[in-house]
Amino acid sequence: MNENRMSVGAFFQKYTMVIALVAVVIFFAIATGGNSLMPGSINNLISQNGYVFVLAAGMLLCILTGGNIDLSVGSVVCFTAAVGCVLMANKVNMWIAVLAMLGIGLLIGIFQGFWIAKLRVPAFIATLSGMYAFRGFSNVVLGGFRVDITNDQFLILFGGGRECYVPDYIRQWMGTTGKPNLTCLAIGAVTILVYILMTVRKILVQRKLNIHQSIPGQVITTVLISGVVGFIVWQLSNLRGFPTVLIWIALVLGIYQYITTKTAMGRHLYAVGGNEKATALSGVKTRNVYWFAYASMGLMAGLAGILTAARAKGIDPVYGEGYEMDAIASCFIGGASAYGGIGKVSGMIIGAVLMGVINQGMNMVGVDSNLQKVVKGLVLLGAVIFDVLSKRQKR
Amino acid sequence: MTNYLLEMRHITKTFPGVKALDNVNLQVEEGEIHALVGENGAGKSTLMNVLSGIYPYGTYEGDIVYNGKECKFNSIKDSEKLGIVIIHQELALVPEMTIGENMYLGNERGHRLAIDWNTTYSEADKYLRMVGLSESSKTQVKDIGTGKQQLVEIAKALAKQAKLLILDEPTSSLNEEDSRALLDLMLGFKKQGMTMIIISHKLNEVAYVADKITVIRDGTTIETIDNHGREPVSEERIIKGMVGREMTNRFPKREKVKIGDVMLEVDNWTVHHPLYPERKVVDNVSMFVRKGEVVGIYGLMGAGRTELAMSIFGQSYGVNITGQLKINGREVHLKKSASDAIKHGIAYVTEDRKGNGLVLSQSIKVNTSLAHLDAVSSHTVIDGDKEYAVAEEYREKLKTKTPTVEQLVGNLSGGNQQKVLLAKWMFAEQDIMLLDEPTRGIDVGAKYEIYCIINDLAAAGKSVVMISSELPEVLAMSDRIYIMNEGRFVGEMKASEATQEKIMAVILQSGRSA
Repeated sequence: MNENRMSVGAFFQKYTMVIALVAVVIFFAIATGGNSLMPGSINNLISQNGYVFVLAAGMLLCILTGGNIDLSVGSVVCFTAAVGCVLMANKVNMWIAVLAMLGIGLLIGIFQGFWIAKLRVPAFIATLSGMYAFRGFSNVVLGGFRVDITNDQFLILFGGGRECYVPDYIRQWMGTTGKPNLTCLAIGAVTILVYILMTVRKILVQRKLNIHQSIPGQVITTVLISGVVGFIVWQLSNLRGFPTVLIWIALVLGIYQYITTKTAMGRHLYAVGGNEKATALSGVKTRNVYWFAYASMGLMAGLAGILTAARAKGIDPVYGEGYEMDAIASCFIGGASAYGGIGKVSGMIIGAVLMGVINQGMNMVGVDSNLQKVVKGLVLLGAVIFDVLSKRQKR
Repeated sequence: MTNYLLEMRHITKTFPGVKALDNVNLQVEEGEIHALVGENGAGKSTLMNVLSGIYPYGTYEGDIVYNGKECKFNSIKDSEKLGIVIIHQELALVPEMTIGENMYLGNERGHRLAIDWNTTYSEADKYLRMVGLSESSKTQVKDIGTGKQQLVEIAKALAKQAKLLILDEPTSSLNEEDSRALLDLMLGFKKQGMTMIIISHKLNEVAYVADKITVIRDGTTIETIDNHGREPVSEERIIKGMVGREMTNRFPKREKVKIGDVMLEVDNWTVHHPLYPERKVVDNVSMFVRKGEVVGIYGLMGAGRTELAMSIFGQSYGVNITGQLKINGREVHLKKSASDAIKHGIAYVTEDRKGNGLVLSQSIKVNTSLAHLDAVSSHTVIDGDKEYAVAEEYREKLKTKTPTVEQLVGNLSGGNQQKVLLAKWMFAEQDIMLLDEPTRGIDVGAKYEIYCIINDLAAAGKSVVMISSELPEVLAMSDRIYIMNEGRFVGEMKASEATQEKIMAVILQSGRSA
């Protein structure tokens, strides 16, 4: 009995943010009379928050190295977008513009990472100066004015405008039109299937190696996640299918999940954050680990610049302000440790979705935008307080 | 009717999933030195945390009676008000602040708005004299050695008007000389009527200083041994209580191992202090170690042993390093990085497993593979199953006590953490193992197992250098012993010819001639 109660407590501790997310989703579903779960709302949630997922993925690596953050990403997003928009406005090939945006982001990341990794400039300061500098550069590039994008292909591919959805290839092939979007359903089904197969393989390996992990727990988790994914896919297929931005989000999240769990570099990120001295004495070149984290952050800022510009169909000198904070908040709400060494991509996704749902819900209910900021702040504080408290209890 | 200053009755403390203390009873008489001994994880520190209010009243069961009154402490402040002061194992001094500032940290002299520095420093000086330090209290803590820092901690406790002083492993980072001085200081305090509780792994010290010895095993009090007799109680007697059986041999037998060619040779090795480059920390040291040989380096804390090992390990310590390093007879120039040293087959198993050795927030598995990740990955992608199998293999080989290798290293006891650290370097398959205090702060049973591991390493043809400040260990485990003092090698002996007396004599002599 006693043990049973304990496991309930442990369950709550482990899945606090998931539970919080479910609670918030239910709350807004009721408050908006079910509107927040409609296809349109889900579609908007994804499209509006694309940049958050991308930036938070990059930010997670920086935070893992020891609670270091990158304050410059908002400005870098604006700067890369500005360069790209100006290039396209001058009739430069779209792909060259895209490569330029990604390349500039990466170069900025490498540049800032150099000071942080090699000269040990505190990340906070190195990126704070980047935050000022690149905001200034953006203004210079844009000449202080908004620059619009007219390249339709760019807009469709990166999630702006009316037609930025993955076309229904299956119905095209069948020669029919209508809803639901069969391509969307097919991709969703394959994704869920692959996910289930991976879980099965994991459980089989665990049995072989005699790792005692609760099998019902894993099955329930898998079923629930499949259910949620299925629901989202079904709703999207009844609108226009996958927004193209979702492809980019999925790609980034997949790659970062892989880096953090499967690669040596990922392992080194956790180790450096957990105990840098011990990691260095284990023969890991810790400076390169920092460098990698900030370079990847820069690249993601470049991608976020592309997504932001596409969604807004242009760029204003003030775009991207506060984006760094959204990314940082997502990571911390998602359970990343402010001291480094702890944090997962899955947690970060929950954090980002939670923020997004709260934002959108409050908009739909009609909460004043200033009040919205207060709520966001409190959510972040609450999440971190909870994290700290639950860790203290363990001692 | 004896007069107990402190009685802890039927203390039971439960953490989620474990009963850390189970009906523990402790009675401390006024004016005695009471020792608390037990293996790692037996519950000594937990008990002291209950006493000092770190675990507040209500989170445990049982009563604390101090000075005839029942106490319900809610924080350290409460217990300190009554004169119960605990000195923790890890020194809690701020290096950049002066001794005086440290001593009155949180207990500042003067009034609310301004610190009275004159009172602070004059009072601090007074207490420093009481513990036998001649330093000015305006000296920065970073400028004095570990031994003196420990004394500053004691002075700090005295400044809080301590009546019951609790010392948690006070000598774990001290050399024999400083340890002895500290113990004698304790005996001096006893004469003045101070009551003390000492927690220690060093049983000879316990036998020397304590009036009564309470043994804790698996969260319960086993017995309280009276040490008032003419002969101090024997270490074997205490160990019997701690492990619940007789330990006939504290050291495993060394098998005859074929000793091969010289593997590592260091010539005229000199290392300077990184902050004060004019200071030589290692001074013209020459040494070698053969394949299959265990070479002991004995020296007091601060003799430069750790610095020697770390400077050999890819210049991980020190500046302006000069001298030659030969591996397998060929001179090598290691770049300034640990990874280069590892490539040349050197492993350094640190004395500071929490600070320099392990990533506590990660699992046993992750720590085991960290120094040799290549071996479980292809093209920098880790093969999770392979990694798990490796961690499991070393868990079995080293008898690490853990439910699974996914357990976080931070949750393990000291002995098991040390095994994980050894596992990491054994898996790295290095030929030269520099072991720095491999048995520091771990209990007798785990020590024995680690000695077995060291013997196995030598039997497998590895060259082992074992740095230690425990003489019996050095004598029993080594084939050959270097004696180090003040940065220099002052003697070398075959273990078969060495005795404790001979080694101490060499050190004393070197001190005199210098």
